Amino acid sequence: MIVAKRKPLGEIAEMLASYKKVTVIGCRSCVAICLAGGEKEVKMLVSALKIRNRKEGKRQDFEGLVVERQCEKEWVKEVEDKILGSDITLSMACSLGAQTIGDMYPKHLTFPGLNTGIFGVPEEQGVWSEKCVGCGDCIIHTTGGICPISRCAKSMLNGPCGGSADRKCEVNLEVECAWAAIYDRLKLQNRLDLIERITPAKDWSTSHSGGRRVFVREDAKLTQHQKKGKEVVL
Amino acid sequence: MTDRRPKIVGFCCEKHGADAAVLAARSGKHIDASVRLVQVPCTGRIDGIHLLSALEEGADAVFVLGCLEKNCYYDTGSIEGRKRVGYVKQVLAEAGIEKERVEMFNAASTNAWAFPEAAAKMVEVAKRLGPIGGGEK
Repeated sequence: MIVAKRKPLGEIAEMLASYKKVTVIGCRSCVAICLAGGEKEVKMLVSALKIRNRKEGKRQDFEGLVVERQCEKEWVKEVEDKILGSDITLSMACSLGAQTIGDMYPKHLTFPGLNTGIFGVPEEQGVWSEKCVGCGDCIIHTTGGICPISRCAKSMLNGPCGGSADRKCEVNLEVECAWAAIYDRLKLQNRLDLIERITPAKDWSTSHSGGRRVFVREDAKLTQHQKKGKEVVL
Repeated sequence: MTDRRPKIVGFCCEKHGADAAVLAARSGKHIDASVRLVQVPCTGRIDGIHLLSALEEGADAVFVLGCLEKNCYYDTGSIEGRKRVGYVKQVLAEAGIEKERVEMFNAASTNAWAFPEAAAKMVEVAKRLGPIGGGEK
């Protein structure tokens, strides 16, 4: 899932300072699961901002609400009146949600309330760790199901670097060396021969370096004829 | 401002915290009448929004009174409660509000002194800090 973190309250308050009517919109998907921008977090943020304003003798109207998935226009459309009825929208979704609202209502201001962080998994309650960087060319079938791109600080493809010692990463001694984990996993799977195979330099053209990436499923796209018969948002 | 009675809200678990409050009342302990008691099934059920809402709605200080941590009726409920209080303190600090406006206390149901003591401490905090923003909500 996409893991995000709320921006510091002071930063949010500063962003919103010159606007009277603020709509705060959360999302019930990834950011709710990682406790950053779900219903509870929206309520808490609105409440904290109100208390802060009371202390500072400031008046602002806040309204907090949550949509099912802020990165999908259909769900955002349901709260269109709340968005357009305010001076500014604070998105408590990941950057995708904030940008979806921004794209749908380009004249309206939409600011991010969260810092979008990683593609991560919950390791334990309250802990999420990065396991994918979305490079667009997955190779974990050759590395025991462990991604060396995201989990190795240097994204090494052919074994550990010279700095790996005692199974720890030299960049951060708290972190396990990804290649130590890959070795263990391949050994467990009786596939240690893979560790001796040379992986050629990675083709990064599928990664972010080529600019914005767009994934298309032609069979799922609507034809012009279908679009005419269906109310399309935007 | 000095004449104003502080507004305090105390969230008490029904297993020990609220019983301790009842025992205090029956024992004739002085309980400041400006303290509102909210009984909850367990302090682990309390969410940050409950504590913030109380402050938002005009309380000067809020406290949570749960079971003793090693004798919690629901095992870890009061530990959860303490964590929530800790998080709210962090949010308050970020918002520039005094974090001592929110506190966690623990008691056994037989501790008649616990509720009045917690309430008195929060009344003292509320009097010292005054209402948030300096005036009525």
